Amino acid sequence: MIEFADVSVEKNGVPILKDITVRLSERRIGVIGRNGSGKSTFARLFNGIEAPSAGTVTLNGVTERKALRRHVGFVFQNPDNQIVYPIVSEDLAFGLKNLKLPRDETQARIDEVLARFDLAHLRDRFTHQLSGGEKQMVALAGVLVMRPTMIVLDEPTTLLDLWNKRKFMAAIDALDEPVVVVSHDLDLLGHFDRVLHIEDGSIAGDGRPGPVLARYVAGSQC
Amino acid sequence: MLTDLYVFGDSPLHRTRPVVKITALVVFCSTLFIVEGWASVLVAGALVVTGFAVAGLKPRHAFVSVRPALWILAAIFAVQAYLTDVVFAGFVVARFVVLILAAALVTLTTRTSEFVDGILSALTYAPAWVPKEQIALAISLCLRFIPLVRAVLEDVRQAQSARGLDRNLTALLVPLVVRTLKTADEVSQAVYSRSFD
Amino acid sequence: METRNVVFIALFAAIVAALAVFPPITLPLVGVPITAQSLGVMLAGGVLGAVRGGLAVVLFLVLVAIGLPLLAGGRGGFGVFLGPSGGFLVGWIVAAYAIGYMTERLWHRLNYLVAAGICFAGGVVLLYAIGVPWSAFVAEIPIGTALAGSLPFIPGDIIKCLIAAGVMVIVKRSYPIITPKSPAMPQTGM
Ligand SMILES: Nc1ncnc2c1ncn2[C@@H]1O[C@H](COP(=O)(O)OP(=O)(O)OP(=O)(O)O)[C@@H](O)[C@H]1O
Ligand SMILES: [Mg+2]
Repeated sequence: MIEFADVSVEKNGVPILKDITVRLSERRIGVIGRNGSGKSTFARLFNGIEAPSAGTVTLNGVTERKALRRHVGFVFQNPDNQIVYPIVSEDLAFGLKNLKLPRDETQARIDEVLARFDLAHLRDRFTHQLSGGEKQMVALAGVLVMRPTMIVLDEPTTLLDLWNKRKFMAAIDALDEPVVVVSHDLDLLGHFDRVLHIEDGSIAGDGRPGPVLARYVAGSQC
Repeated sequence: MLTDLYVFGDSPLHRTRPVVKITALVVFCSTLFIVEGWASVLVAGALVVTGFAVAGLKPRHAFVSVRPALWILAAIFAVQAYLTDVVFAGFVVARFVVLILAAALVTLTTRTSEFVDGILSALTYAPAWVPKEQIALAISLCLRFIPLVRAVLEDVRQAQSARGLDRNLTALLVPLVVRTLKTADEVSQAVYSRSFD
Repeated sequence: METRNVVFIALFAAIVAALAVFPPITLPLVGVPITAQSLGVMLAGGVLGAVRGGLAVVLFLVLVAIGLPLLAGGRGGFGVFLGPSGGFLVGWIVAAYAIGYMTERLWHRLNYLVAAGICFAGGVVLLYAIGVPWSAFVAEIPIGTALAGSLPFIPGDIIKCLIAAGVMVIVKRSYPIITPKSPAMPQTGM
């Protein structure tokens, strides 16, 4: 369970998130909101990429920013900015290096995560030659190989075509770990357990996807 | 990924460790400057030619390596011939050619990845104040992002050519630099969130 | 060093590499091609500052040395440093550092003319002060002769200073990376 207590974020004196207080324990949580409403800032608080200016973020008792990072995996919108190594297997090994695992354990974990998503054939490919869909799957694999407690995804499907979007979301749906998905694509969130609507740095709607999404859509039509 | 200048082969030169080849190259070049004269250039030249033969490299490879310097070498020859004499001019130019070919011999018989591995394993012996992980990360990131930055450049060029600005370097460089800096910011967030130190 | 700085260094080295694919523009009068790559070197200093800019160029040159054909015209390998103009490549490191150093010092007064002056001082005067004696030494010719031989490149280098200066001031406004060294003024930034 992750808990935000009176969390505010300011940048250059501009308030971006204001007094967010929320407890999240559902397995599938969606986040919606207009451009610039503060969704990405909110998402980046989960794993400490962003530090609160005030308030605390607590995941299962852990509040320290660097410790949060250990437990929460983060998938960015653009996999090109997330993949840091030239070869797929090297990239997957990147985070594991910090765990100081023995070599064969590292390799075993990489093979396992690749097998899980049917990506074994990409193991030795150059990352910059992958298709957009393959890249996003590799980015997700790079996060899962760390065995995070939960996973936050910031608009992970915007750069994908219809097919890859379906495939990617099917992979997300199959995960056992709790996930938080920021998305402008309301279709993706319809079957989620809970949806947060962020407006102007505050939570403007919160609950089952049906009513929250309906109100969000209605709000856009005036 | 990025193609290097390596020429495939299985000669003793190809199999020698990169660090040995680099050390030999440094000794070779310094000697050529310390022991000046036609004699040393001829001996060195013979060594280089033997090296090319042993490595199975063709005259074409030698020519391609020297070609970029050809004009400037011709100019140096002319200046030296005018200032001193033809024999000395020939010596200076011949020394350049031998130096460049010796370097080419190392470059053409060593994969870039072997050098990178060499650098990385040398780093494990480096003293504690050397930021080893960061150096390794910088090299990998650069190799990873060269194709991406090239793609961005091509992208920007097409966008600007639609506005008739494709010969305007400022209009190309500003978006290239700003986009790359933004990318860098997100990449560093990703590196941060994927590592634990 | 912070991760963010490592990433800036690596990505700027990638920019310098990518600029090699630019078709060279040939100056009509002197017939000497201008390549965009040394523009990238000026920008490394002018955008990232002294240390990061200098290290970006070091990283780029290391990749060139170990056999990647990243220099304009597809050149690479150790040989490029051993030719008569090798000093200009090594001088790039100093030029980027110096341009970065001056940019940090003059950050609050940085306008187009100041930036152009900085690029000229670091990217032409200082660069030639390293490259010319180097080639004089390895080619065993008088420095004056070596300098005369380099003169045709100067008009192109001045044009590059003007372009780099324009990019520097625009990037300063839209995405400032440098934290200035000069007397503090209220500073906005990341
Ligand atoms: N460094 C900064 N300084 C000032 N304002 C900033 C800074 N970074 C972000 N902002 C502002 O914070 C607000 C929220 O940004 P955020 O990226 O969280 O929005 P978002 O909801 O993810 O938008 P989008 O849907 O476009 O991704 C925006 O208005 C943005 O302009
Ligand atoms: Mg966002």
